[in-house]
Amino acid sequence: MITHYGYSDGSGEYYIVIDAAKCDGCGECVKVCPQSALELVSMFIDLDDKTVAAVTEQQRKNIKYACSPCKPETGKAPCVTACKQKAIWCVWNPR
Amino acid sequence: MSETPKKEDVEYWRWQEYHRVFSEKKWKNKDIITAGVDVGSVGSKAAVMIDGEVYSWGVMRTGSNSPDSAKKALSWAMEGTGLRVEDLKYIVGTGYGRVNVPMANKAITEIACHAKGANYIWGPSVRTVLDVGGQDIKAIHCDETGRVTSFLMNDKCAAGTGRGMEVFADLLKIPIEKIGEVSLKVEEEPPPVSCTCVAFAKTEAMGLLRKGWSKEKVLAAYTHAMAIRMGNLIKRVGLEKEFVITGGQSKNIGIVSRIETQLGVKCLPMPDWRENGLDPMIAGAIGAALFGKALYEKEQKS
Repeated sequence: MITHYGYSDGSGEYYIVIDAAKCDGCGECVKVCPQSALELVSMFIDLDDKTVAAVTEQQRKNIKYACSPCKPETGKAPCVTACKQKAIWCVWNPR
Repeated sequence: MSETPKKEDVEYWRWQEYHRVFSEKKWKNKDIITAGVDVGSVGSKAAVMIDGEVYSWGVMRTGSNSPDSAKKALSWAMEGTGLRVEDLKYIVGTGYGRVNVPMANKAITEIACHAKGANYIWGPSVRTVLDVGGQDIKAIHCDETGRVTSFLMNDKCAAGTGRGMEVFADLLKIPIEKIGEVSLKVEEEPPPVSCTCVAFAKTEAMGLLRKGWSKEKVLAAYTHAMAIRMGNLIKRVGLEKEFVITGGQSKNIGIVSRIETQLGVKCLPMPDWRENGLDPMIAGAIGAALFGKALYEKEQKS
C-alpha cells in the first residue's frame, strides 16, 4: 500500500510517498526528520497490523510548511536518505 | 424552491438523517452479526451485517461528542431489529473519530474500509475510489479484493467537501439535497471560482451574486472548481476504470457529473440503495463491518 501525503496548489504539487510493503518499521526516518513530521503507526494490512512510518496526524495538512526546508531541490531529504528499504520518497513537480 | 418554508430560521444545510432495516432477512444467534461504525467529521454512519450481508443501517449527524455519536448511530441502525450490542460478534470503528468508538473491538482507517465497502457495493471490478467526505477527500486505488494499493489524502482543509457544500447551501438558501440539481441548471458552465477554500469562496460568491450572477451560476462555478480539484487528486493516485465515488457527496449529482467530465470517465452507476441497502454514503461502515466478520472468523480459528 502506497500512501501519498502532500498538497497541490499554485506552486506545484508536493508529496511524501511511503510504501508500506517496503517499510520495515525501523524508524530511522522518524529519527532524522528535523520537523518531527513522521511517526511509526500501526497500519491494518491484510487483516494484520503492521508497524510502518507515516506522516503524523498533526502534520498531514501542514506539509506545505513542515516539509519546505527539505524539498528535493535542496538535495535529498533526510528521511529519504535514511531509508535503507527505499520505502520513502518525495515527489515535487513545480508548476 | 417553492416547497421550502419561507421561515427565516430554515437551516438549508441540515440534511436528513435516515435509517433502514432489511427485515426480510432474519437474524439468529448463531449468525455472524457484525457492525461497522464510521464516525465522520459531519456524518456518523453505522451498518449491521449478518454473515456478510447488509441487514440494517443508520446515518446521522456527528455531534460534538464522538463516542456519543458512535453510540447513537449504532443504536439507530439497530432500532426495531431486536438486536442488542451484546449480540454483535465484532464491532469495527472507522472514520475521523474511529478511536472514539467505545464499543468497538478494533479501529481501522477509513481508507481500508472505503475500498472494502466499494468492492462490496459495486463488485471486484472497482479500481479507483474517490471518497468525498465532510471534511476531506481521499483518492484510493485498490485491487480486485478491495485491498488498498495506493492512496492520497487531500491537502490542508475542508475545501471542496461536504462541509463546503453545507456552507454554500446556507449562503444561497438552497436545501442541501437539491444542491446538485440546482448547480446543473445553467445554460453554460461558468468558469470555476478561483479558490475552493470555503472561507474565500464564500467571499467570492458574494461578489458574483452582487455582480448579478444567478444562484445557480454561482453554485455551478463553485461545484466546477471542486470537481477540478478532485479530478487532479485522482490523476495523481492513478485513474483506472472502474471508478466510483463514495461518501456523502456521491449523492451530489452536480459534483458527480462534473468529475466525470473532468476525467472523461463515467462512474459506475449508483446502486439502487433504497432497495438493496448498498448506499455509497455508508461504504465505510459496510467495509468496517466486513472486516469485523473477517477478524471474528480469524479469532475463532486461532
